[in-house]
Amino acid sequence: MDLILFYLASAFYFVAAIQYFIHLATRRRLMGQVATWATGVGFLFHTFSLAERIGTTGRSLAGNPYEVVSTFAWAVLLLYLLFELRSRSHLGGAFVLPLALLAMLAAAGSRKHFTAELDPALEGIWLWAHVKLAIFGNAAFVIASAAGLMYLLQERQLKSKRLRGRTLPLPSLETLDRWSYVSLGLGFPLLTLGMLMGFIRAGSAWGGYLMADPRQIWSLITWLIYGTLLAARISRGWRGRKAALLSVAGLAAVLLTFGGVHIFSKGLHAF
Amino acid sequence: MAIVVLGLNHKTAPVEIRERLHFPEKDLPGPLGLLGALPDVFERLILSTCNRVEIYAVVPEGAAARAPLQAFLAEQRDVPAETFGESLYLHVDAHAVRHVFRVASSLDSMVVGEGQILAQVKAAYALASRHQCTGPILNTLMERALHVAKQVRTDTGIGAAPVSVASVAVGLAQRIFSDLSGRTVMILGAGEMAELALTHLKEEGIHTIIVANRHHERAVELAARVGGRAIMFPQARDEMVGADIVISSTGAPHFILGREDLAEIVRRRHYRPIFLIDIAVPRDVDPQVNELDNVYLYDIDDLQGVVAANLAAREREAVQAEAIVDREVGQFMEWLQSLEVVPTILSLRERFEIIRRAEMEKALGRMGDLTPDQREAVSALTASIINKILHQPMTELKRQASSTDGHLYASILRALFRLPDHPKR
Repeated sequence: MDLILFYLASAFYFVAAIQYFIHLATRRRLMGQVATWATGVGFLFHTFSLAERIGTTGRSLAGNPYEVVSTFAWAVLLLYLLFELRSRSHLGGAFVLPLALLAMLAAAGSRKHFTAELDPALEGIWLWAHVKLAIFGNAAFVIASAAGLMYLLQERQLKSKRLRGRTLPLPSLETLDRWSYVSLGLGFPLLTLGMLMGFIRAGSAWGGYLMADPRQIWSLITWLIYGTLLAARISRGWRGRKAALLSVAGLAAVLLTFGGVHIFSKGLHAF
Repeated sequence: MAIVVLGLNHKTAPVEIRERLHFPEKDLPGPLGLLGALPDVFERLILSTCNRVEIYAVVPEGAAARAPLQAFLAEQRDVPAETFGESLYLHVDAHAVRHVFRVASSLDSMVVGEGQILAQVKAAYALASRHQCTGPILNTLMERALHVAKQVRTDTGIGAAPVSVASVAVGLAQRIFSDLSGRTVMILGAGEMAELALTHLKEEGIHTIIVANRHHERAVELAARVGGRAIMFPQARDEMVGADIVISSTGAPHFILGREDLAEIVRRRHYRPIFLIDIAVPRDVDPQVNELDNVYLYDIDDLQGVVAANLAAREREAVQAEAIVDREVGQFMEWLQSLEVVPTILSLRERFEIIRRAEMEKALGRMGDLTPDQREAVSALTASIINKILHQPMTELKRQASSTDGHLYASILRALFRLPDHPKR
């Protein structure tokens, strides 16, 4: 049942993504509103899908890649919808929805993990907290990266004075900077806490705090990149090109943290 | 029956002639009334703005309307007809309808896509309507024109991008700072364009204004006029730390702000973005400043470049708008032509009914006494004959009503049967 809801949600996200692109291209407000509605409906189905899963398995959603990545996509969309409603701009959707769809695709790809049993090693409150914090921390970073990329595009347009004819109707620099700053400010402590809990839990489960585990390493890299971004934004006002480049690198790190482990190696951290 | 437009605009007449023919709004009712007293003017409306003076009217025959309307204008505005005769254009029927739709949609304006003309057209129509100068045809025409104008505005980007330097500057500011209310603007020097930009910014909610001028008295005077605060010129660099937008318009022959100046100002602003509008010639701000992060510098050429690009975009949107107008003109003309037919059908039936009654009375008189049933049968017979005869032609007439030749059918019928003309409204 949760699978049906999951696929329904994905379908609506797909429609929403198309609508967001049309909105970007034609600048018709109606398209943007339709896109938001589609995202909202998809999000509702997605929420029910996750709730259903919790209900049937009787445990939290930390068990396998399908659950974790689906929750991750859910978190990204939750944050995006909040930002969209605050800033009343539909333009970020064209950037965020494809990323969320990618995550849904990855989750669907882990079909062999659709079974409900949980590895007994993955029990406990620390684990639950670790997974949740890591998911939300990374989701916030995805939003920050999308905002950073859009900031770069808007800044480019303004600096190059290439405002002839069709320009991308992006949110203002101030709005994008706020998205980015708030996301970073939210995500960094969440991820830090999540990683700490991970280390503690790893100590009891694997016998060592820091192993040569790909996911741990990539998480650290992600943490370092976004930490640098946050620090540079505060002290040196990094907003434009430099920040965007770094956040793209950070986005790659996030994707590798979540997905790369399965593609490249097994490691201890694999579900 | 024809719709005509007679008038002149900024394309056909220079301002000296337009201003002499312009009707101030308060002066319109009198002339509107007098226009209706002319024998061949059934419905009328006068549109008079700084860029055009036009009469929209419903008359029996299009070309014949030129002379009396031109004479009317000459007399009302006390201007000899020869002075403006060459500037006048006369549009009839479909051309007139197209013209009205284009004017309302701002396609005939000096700046395509401008927003004022629609309100002006609406006001002219409301005034004429209030004074009972319009009738069913003009009413429908104007209502349709307002609808088309609205459709053009929503469906095309014709009025979207700003096309004046000042509004472009504000648009750029909004790309940087989403909400302008609560922002601070500093103006260095003075000048008409700087003040215009300032006015636009104030409309968007900016109310903190700092004014600096090499001659302090001028700063004080400008500050008083715009509701700002005057500072001493040497303090400008320090005060700029608190300014989000800087409009620079001094007469200085060299740069007054360089790269190091802005680098320091931005640093002291904690790297919050700053928008510099340099409309001075020679320029006040070193163009290298634009290379700094979080600094956005536009000089007068840059701003005019954006204006040109936006005007070009409007021209492209205008093509779409013309297509919408074309479609609407077609639909309106169909409706107009169908109008001819209905009264013709009624007139014809009336005529036949009169003949039927007259002949029936005569025949019944010669037949002597008939029972009520027999009288009834005779009446039914005559009515049935007429209906059968008329059925085919009436159906065909209605069918042809919306075609391009529909009015011909109606006109020929009226001529053949000598049906009375449309009554004067």
